[in-house]
Amino acid sequence: MSWVQLSDVVAGVCFLLAGFLTVAAGIGMKRFPGLLGSIHAAAKPQGLGVLLALLGLALRLREVRYVAVLALVGLFQLLTTPVSFHMVARGGYRTGKVDPDHLVVDELIHDLADSANGEAED
Amino acid sequence: MTWVVVASAVMLGIGAIMALIRVEKGPSVLDRMVGLDVVTSILIIGVALAAALGRRTESISILAALALVGFVGSLAIARFASVEPEDAGRIKSLEEVRAEESALAEAEVEAARLEAEIAASRDDEAG
Repeated sequence: MSWVQLSDVVAGVCFLLAGFLTVAAGIGMKRFPGLLGSIHAAAKPQGLGVLLALLGLALRLREVRYVAVLALVGLFQLLTTPVSFHMVARGGYRTGKVDPDHLVVDELIHDLADSANGEAED
Repeated sequence: MTWVVVASAVMLGIGAIMALIRVEKGPSVLDRMVGLDVVTSILIIGVALAAALGRRTESISILAALALVGFVGSLAIARFASVEPEDAGRIKSLEEVRAEESALAEAEVEAARLEAEIAASRDDEAG
């Protein structure tokens, strides 16, 4: 097996894994309760799935200048996804869409209470 | 390579349909936004898959654009999310819409009557 064939096979495996992650995320989004549950399920194809697809495409194209652009796309994805999901979770918590009974640890409520007390003392 | 592409595309389609079901069911606007984010990333994977099948290089710029644009929308909606009533996602029946409209019309008539009364009392005071 030559290197070209091997990189095509690895690219195919990467795409199959990315597809599996999207199916897993879809099942998770249908079954997990609440906003935080669906965020938890949704983060899988957004992070690892996109990175695997970009790796597969890079292995298939096999040219350095395209690989550089694909690395940039992966960097964008890794920078933007946590920020947007953090904002969604924060907005959901502050507008009462997170059920406190589903949380094991809730550190934010103590922080919010502390900051409210601090404002009252001032 | 062909059956790998077909199998991946089928799995991407199943994932996208499930995400769209989540978008349809909601219940809040943030749930819908998370579902649309997933659809965007599935779109990125799908474009990468199509590019890998034909070894096409012109769609790489589409990938870069998609990776940046999906983020802006969810950020804006999350920033301006507000407390929604329980049944915000429900479609109102025709009777409810008519009742609301007639209540609104009555309120307008009442407001106009009060305004006329106030104007009349002012005229009395002036006279």
